[in-house]
Amino acid sequence: MAAGPMKMRAALGAGYTDVRVLMSHPMETGQRKTPDGKLVELHFIQNVTVKVNGKTVVESQISQAISRNPVFSFRVKGGAKGDKIEVAWLDNKGETNSTEATIA
Amino acid sequence: MRAVACSALIALTLAPQSASAQKSQYEEYQRMTAASAPVELFELAGEAAWKKRQGPKNASLEQCDLGQGAGVLKGAYAGLPRYFADADRVMDLETRLLHCMMTLQGRSRDEATKRVFGSADQASEMEVLSAYVAGQSHGMPMRPGKDHPKEKAAYLLGQKLFFHRAGPWDFSCASCHGDEGKRIRMSDLPVLYKPQHVQPLMATWPAYRVSTSKIVTLQWRMNDCYRQMRMPEPVFGSDTTVALLTFMTQTAEGVQYRGPAIKR
Amino acid sequence: MHNRRRNLLQTAGIVAAALAAGLLKPIAALAATWNKEAFSAKNPGDALKSLGAASAEASSAIVIEAPHIAENGAVVPVEITSNIAGTTSIAVLIDKNPFPLAGKFDFMEGALPFVKLNLKMSESSDVRAVVMAGGRNYVATKEIKVTIGGCGG
Repeated sequence: MAAGPMKMRAALGAGYTDVRVLMSHPMETGQRKTPDGKLVELHFIQNVTVKVNGKTVVESQISQAISRNPVFSFRVKGGAKGDKIEVAWLDNKGETNSTEATIA
Repeated sequence: MRAVACSALIALTLAPQSASAQKSQYEEYQRMTAASAPVELFELAGEAAWKKRQGPKNASLEQCDLGQGAGVLKGAYAGLPRYFADADRVMDLETRLLHCMMTLQGRSRDEATKRVFGSADQASEMEVLSAYVAGQSHGMPMRPGKDHPKEKAAYLLGQKLFFHRAGPWDFSCASCHGDEGKRIRMSDLPVLYKPQHVQPLMATWPAYRVSTSKIVTLQWRMNDCYRQMRMPEPVFGSDTTVALLTFMTQTAEGVQYRGPAIKR
Repeated sequence: MHNRRRNLLQTAGIVAAALAAGLLKPIAALAATWNKEAFSAKNPGDALKSLGAASAEASSAIVIEAPHIAENGAVVPVEITSNIAGTTSIAVLIDKNPFPLAGKFDFMEGALPFVKLNLKMSESSDVRAVVMAGGRNYVATKEIKVTIGGCGG
């Protein structure tokens, strides 16, 4: 199953770069029922990693209590032209997606 | 089942709104969620749908004329609804998109509207296209067509429909949206024939609805309002829906479009 | 409000296709841990114990920015900044959720101790931010009321 689109936006702040990342993911709690009464199984992102120039700067563990189609903002120090920022996620089914961008 | 429970609530809670302090508390929530909305993902999906070759003619929608010329997206949504000579009728965004699907791509109405309103698991093609096209008018003043005789007629029909009571409950749009100070549960009900109420709404649809995790469009909203009034659901892109949307958009004229947005 | 026009990046969005083509090392190949015990805890105390943060002192140097009242519990935006020197992680808990622990964010050199995220809240509750810095734990809480608006959907 192909993961949906993922998008990252970065904005320069005072001495840091604000990284906002939008992810397509149902983040199912395992509590929701379909119209015919069946439980939709647990399916959610468990890990989100932020890297700058290949080096991990943020490692996150998250739960199904994060909203569907998660949107996260992180802040990485500095932010020079040419810096490559990558955000990747891994869910409880082993599915992954990632996006990267270079500061122009 | 949900609708029945809600109907009981309508009867109980169509009550005067309490302190205006309540409204300002939600503004904070709305502002913060707007900055964290996953709406852009749907715009991306819409862009892909716009460019995808489909139908018997194996064509994309890229030559669709939304009112500013074939393929011109910037500002197109802000000029809708409007009269289109090639169809000889007033059309809103979704009606026009359907028209292009049928004429440019050769698709049948049935096929193109088979799943016109999507779900949380998957937005419909029409929903993501609406988000994409609307986003191209972000920041622009809304100026729907109003000079053409058919645009004027659509406005008047919409106005008439707005106040027309019918159905088993003898409801009209005005039953909920006709007086100041009403609410359903904790949501304020805007008075849709007053510019100051309808402007912020027309400025933000289509939208991502957090309670259902899906993109909602104005054609869906018209359909769902009729359903909630226990009237037959209007045909997608019907004169009824276009007239109501024309009435409301013309009433909101001049407001800066700031969608697609996020909603409860 | 939308900063959508401030695009300072040349985006080269890598989608799952690129992943499938072997152009990107899957994150699964890297060490990705998920503290099942902490995330399965049914009350904040047990979750914090599993994180090794059972005793935390209140601190005003942790700033939680969130709406006082949310129109819907499906998306509650919360922004947490830690001004405590040497912060290495921030854990976010929603006390009244069935499983209170919502996330744990570890910050390495190169990142600021800051996170903004959208939470699902089942009811009005305290949201708790637990900061680990210099081997000690600190906490701040904020109450968020959750209502249900509109006609159900």
